[in-house]
Amino acid sequence: MCAKRIYMPDPLAAVTDDLLMAHIPRGSRVIDLGCGDGRLLQRIRDDHDCSVLGVEVDMDQMVHAIERGIPVLKSDLDHGLELIPDGSFDFAVLSQTLQQVHRPLALFDEIFRIARSALVVVPNFGHWRVRLQVLLSGRAPVTDALPYDWFESPNVHFLTMLDFRDLATRGNFRVVRELPIIGDRAVDRAWMANARAHSALFLLERSTKLKNGTQTTQIAEIDAH
Amino acid sequence: MPVTAAPSPLDDTSLGDGLVSRQSITLFEPPHTLLLESGKRLGPITIAYETLGTLSPARDNAIVICHALTGDAHVAGRHKSDDRKPGWWDGFVGPGKGIDTDRYFVICANILGGCQGTTGPSSMNPATGRPYGLEFPFITVADIVNVHKALVEHLQIDKVLAVVGGSLGGMQVLEWAARYPDKIGAAIVLAAASRLNAQAIAFDKVGRRAIVTDPCFHNGDYYGQSETPRFGLALARMIAHITYLSEQSIENKFGRRLQGSAELAYDLLKETEFQIESYLDHQGKRFVDRFDANSYLVLTRVMDYFDLEATHGPLSQCLGRSNAKFLVVAYQDDWLFPTAHSEHIVRGLIQAGREVTFAELPGGHGHDSFLIDALYPELKRFVEPFLDSTYRRVSTNAAAMHR
Repeated sequence: MCAKRIYMPDPLAAVTDDLLMAHIPRGSRVIDLGCGDGRLLQRIRDDHDCSVLGVEVDMDQMVHAIERGIPVLKSDLDHGLELIPDGSFDFAVLSQTLQQVHRPLALFDEIFRIARSALVVVPNFGHWRVRLQVLLSGRAPVTDALPYDWFESPNVHFLTMLDFRDLATRGNFRVVRELPIIGDRAVDRAWMANARAHSALFLLERSTKLKNGTQTTQIAEIDAH
Repeated sequence: MPVTAAPSPLDDTSLGDGLVSRQSITLFEPPHTLLLESGKRLGPITIAYETLGTLSPARDNAIVICHALTGDAHVAGRHKSDDRKPGWWDGFVGPGKGIDTDRYFVICANILGGCQGTTGPSSMNPATGRPYGLEFPFITVADIVNVHKALVEHLQIDKVLAVVGGSLGGMQVLEWAARYPDKIGAAIVLAAASRLNAQAIAFDKVGRRAIVTDPCFHNGDYYGQSETPRFGLALARMIAHITYLSEQSIENKFGRRLQGSAELAYDLLKETEFQIESYLDHQGKRFVDRFDANSYLVLTRVMDYFDLEATHGPLSQCLGRSNAKFLVVAYQDDWLFPTAHSEHIVRGLIQAGREVTFAELPGGHGHDSFLIDALYPELKRFVEPFLDSTYRRVSTNAAAMHR
């Protein structure tokens, strides 16, 4: 172990689930890409009366989802979502998964083919502790939230909140809402969010954007550092 | 309406100690007949079936298992304690197994047109007093399912917890869902398709050709003759058997190993040199002892004709009518029913907003993977929790209704 782990709140903690739940209206059709053990979908189905579908590549996790009575497709997000017909869902959830996908833009093309909106939670590698760790140790960061050495990490991309915004200008979607998660709270506006948030939630909508990247996007202004 | 040694519908035909007994019931007796999909009528129809486990007082734990092309009602357990082999899915069906007979009441019946106790071409035609032979009417998967639905009704079960089957059995499951959408709680479709593709029809064609060109076929009227079309039937089976296996599985099992010899004979007249040849010969020989050539003709046509969407409309509509939960499983090296066929079913179900769980498993034994002991633990990992969550939901809903 070359790098000492630094503390970050567990991104899988209930706070993320609560936040996602809060953005999904009752009765929606929801697909969770990388649904894990189906815990979030079970809540969405039971508490919000939604019809749900999970996608999961890991067999053990998938079995847990089946135990919860959650319908789930065994599939790798890198191989597309070609099983899912156009417009089958209102919401696609992509929670702490984007950094593990090889071709994020291709995935977003697929997401907005099958769903109208997406709720995406990404780890923010722009967090000041990560920056500090890189600066002081001179090595790739290893955190509690993403506790892998670089050579065995499932995370193939390291992005920050600002990076994600850049992506949004190139994808087929627009950012409707951006919520930095600082500590165990999601906040609407935050000073130096890109340095303070360990993760961020983005609410995205399909856009019919021009190819030159111009679009009308309303993001709550955050400090960019 | 019951006739032949009819047990009470409540009887559990498993005798304890893993022993089961075959039961038989005759339905569609005069004045009733079964209206076939072809428009013809057939009756009476005898149905051979076996059950395992105990039907719950609420009659809500019944699982219908649909066998494949050449299977039978003997799904699990043994008829006699000294039987050499148990039922065809014994590794997957039984106490504590993938389909747990301590919990569920399992029904498996021989299919219409078969030759293992249910009315088929080798059964006596009441109009002539002789076996039907080729007089047996043309039947379809829908007819097979209608007969089994009648059996389930006879057993006084209104709604089955699940229908399960692989290959032709999986086609029956789909037909159940399209035809009786509110009579099933779940559907488990293994290594199947919503229609048979041209390649599979082609193999069936060659098999039928082998049978009808056998000099002993006698236009299907070979019953009671000293010679039956056993060579044609064996050849049909050998061809079909190859399609059930994968390149890798027979490579691993036989490779290029020779049968009973250390070196090649350089003798054209030596029919069996390689182990794989001997294996196929053996499969063919064993098959003719248990199967009727006319049944083989009838049932391969049943498969050829199967096209759920041609009969019932797009999958998203015909499967969308059912509230059943679906579990669809494909095997990666199944080249007879490739994964794309299962994916087509899954796509239709998602489009219809139905609940579907899908996995492509590695397999390793081609189309036959759902019948391989070594692969049952993996299949069980899906089927067991799937059935459990379905049953819990059914029980909860029933409890809520009674409150």
